Amino acid sequence: MTERIQQSFRDAFRQSLREALLRDERVFLMGEDVGRYGGSYAVSHGLLAEFGPERIRDTPLSESGFVGAGIGAALGGMRPIVEIMTVNFSLLALDQIVNGAATLSHMSGGQIHVPLVIRMATGAGRQLAAQHSHSLEGWYAHIPGIKIAAPATLEDARGMLWTALCDPDPVLIFEQARLYPVEGEVAADAGPVDLERAAVRRSGRDVSLIAYGGTLDRALEAAQSLAAEGIEAEVLDLRVLRPLDEAAILATVARTHRVVIADEGWRSGSLSAEVAARIAERALGELDAPIRRVCTAEVPIPYPKHLEDAALPSAAGIAAAARELVGRRG
Amino acid sequence: MTHEAPAAPRDREHALRLLRGMVRIRRFEEACAEQYSKGRIRGFLHLYVGQEAVAVGVLDCLERDDAVVATYREHGHALARGIDSARLMAEMFGRAEGCSGGRGGSMHVFDAATRFYGGQAIVAAGLPLAVGLALADQMQRRPRVTVCFFGEGAVAEGEFHEAMNLAALWRLPVLFACENNLYAMGTALSRSESETNLCVKAASYEMPAWSVDGMDVLAVEDATRRAMTAVREGGPLFLELRTYRFRAHSMFDPQLYRDKAEVELWKQRDPIPAFASRAQASGALRPEDRAALEQEAEAEMAQAVAFAEAGRLEPVAELARHVYFEGEAR
Repeated sequence: MTERIQQSFRDAFRQSLREALLRDERVFLMGEDVGRYGGSYAVSHGLLAEFGPERIRDTPLSESGFVGAGIGAALGGMRPIVEIMTVNFSLLALDQIVNGAATLSHMSGGQIHVPLVIRMATGAGRQLAAQHSHSLEGWYAHIPGIKIAAPATLEDARGMLWTALCDPDPVLIFEQARLYPVEGEVAADAGPVDLERAAVRRSGRDVSLIAYGGTLDRALEAAQSLAAEGIEAEVLDLRVLRPLDEAAILATVARTHRVVIADEGWRSGSLSAEVAARIAERALGELDAPIRRVCTAEVPIPYPKHLEDAALPSAAGIAAAARELVGRRG
Repeated sequence: MTHEAPAAPRDREHALRLLRGMVRIRRFEEACAEQYSKGRIRGFLHLYVGQEAVAVGVLDCLERDDAVVATYREHGHALARGIDSARLMAEMFGRAEGCSGGRGGSMHVFDAATRFYGGQAIVAAGLPLAVGLALADQMQRRPRVTVCFFGEGAVAEGEFHEAMNLAALWRLPVLFACENNLYAMGTALSRSESETNLCVKAASYEMPAWSVDGMDVLAVEDATRRAMTAVREGGPLFLELRTYRFRAHSMFDPQLYRDKAEVELWKQRDPIPAFASRAQASGALRPEDRAALEQEAEAEMAQAVAFAEAGRLEPVAELARHVYFEGEAR
């Protein structure tokens, strides 16, 4: 039996960075305050001392500049990991990501490719208000040419980075900032994980709770409270938002016939809308009840804690939606 | 810059090479215009007529392993870099034999073999890319230079400033080749910039900045040769190439923003006859050389058009190709 250790998400992400830097000389980390400061969320703390300033490279506040430089360095044979402090700041680099990284393989007729990894913090829950708290990963999932990863477990925090670095195309990894200090158990030798499939995190036959990133722990908490009432919820962690594992989504629907989708993005035009649409297109006949969504209220994230909490999807909200569906017999 | 540009080509071979380069571009662009009016080329088509001395003079100074990043007005650079005129014309026609497999068109010429990285049609977006290509070379200790072409309109973009700063800060081997043709589409430099001296802007990033007569192919070549040495040895350099586009911005441009008299004045400085007569006066060329080169170019471009016309349209079944790279990561 492999040894299991207690680890925080922050330490898991850091360990994955360290292992990547040790494995491949072409890998380097670049971003604002990743070096001397140790990372704005302390994820890269200590790496500068171990790997030096060329590979743990502090950048000016030039998101478009250093993301573009990451694309160029990837074209030039390196394996850059670009850190953007938060998803909100990534909008300053949107041109490089959407018009650049996502298009170069296609526009060149497959002559060149961009093996670039961009990591960024996402999500609310830390009273950082409306310019540091949004969840825009579902937005990025709209774009063909990039892949979108949303690690919500320690295994994925440890294992997604290396797989992303081995991928020939740009991969964006969205790290839920609220999870950084959260600790849990993980195999000491946890290794690479796939970037293709959703994962059933809890099995159940009464209702499916589909979640990702910042809503997975809330969905699991909801499932636990539902279990106490005799409702067995299945929890599907999407893990990868593009390409979306449609087969896993349809499979859980076929098992439970009731679906709640929990999404920290806003409801309108969200990833939850995409998941719901795919179910409607391919598995409408399987449903015994309408699809329900639990999303962030359509407001910029407010600063006061009680309002922030009220805006976000909660375990109680997810459980209530599930209860309502199970109450409706088909 | 106090250095005096050479008054005459070194010898006959040198003169023929430069003149042939410019004549080929001129003829290629004229052929494109003809094919556009026949409806064989569609979309945006930006012609390089008038600016030929820049591409030919600069690209004559590159080594095989150096890289080029260009803009949407890049046919001339592609030809001068050695991309085959037939494959280039096939790209204009959207044929599978095109240098980007037909997926890019006029604005997105790519060629991995000559390290030609576009064909970037977002103004200034190529600059961070060039910075990254140079960063990869620096980190891998390869003595290569990345030449980044852009127009003077790009200096208004944030990405220009971010990239200039990064390149200077990290002393990266980038030659920033700014083709100042006085108009960003229809907006004159003086109407868009508080500081119209581009070298002053570049110099503020602590990099050498030279301004050169871009209508004089010998001056361009001479300055570039010295610039490339400086870049290989010491980091980035900014080269302003003062030039003029004789034709409209694109095929949809009625040119309301500039006087016909101004265009005619610049046409008197046409780089092709100007160079041909100087070379002839110095004895490097014979009177009949120019006509012979023009015939040769005429024949070459007629063949290019025939090749493009006979090209294959990619089957619609292949529509989804190249969105993600089809090979293993390199």
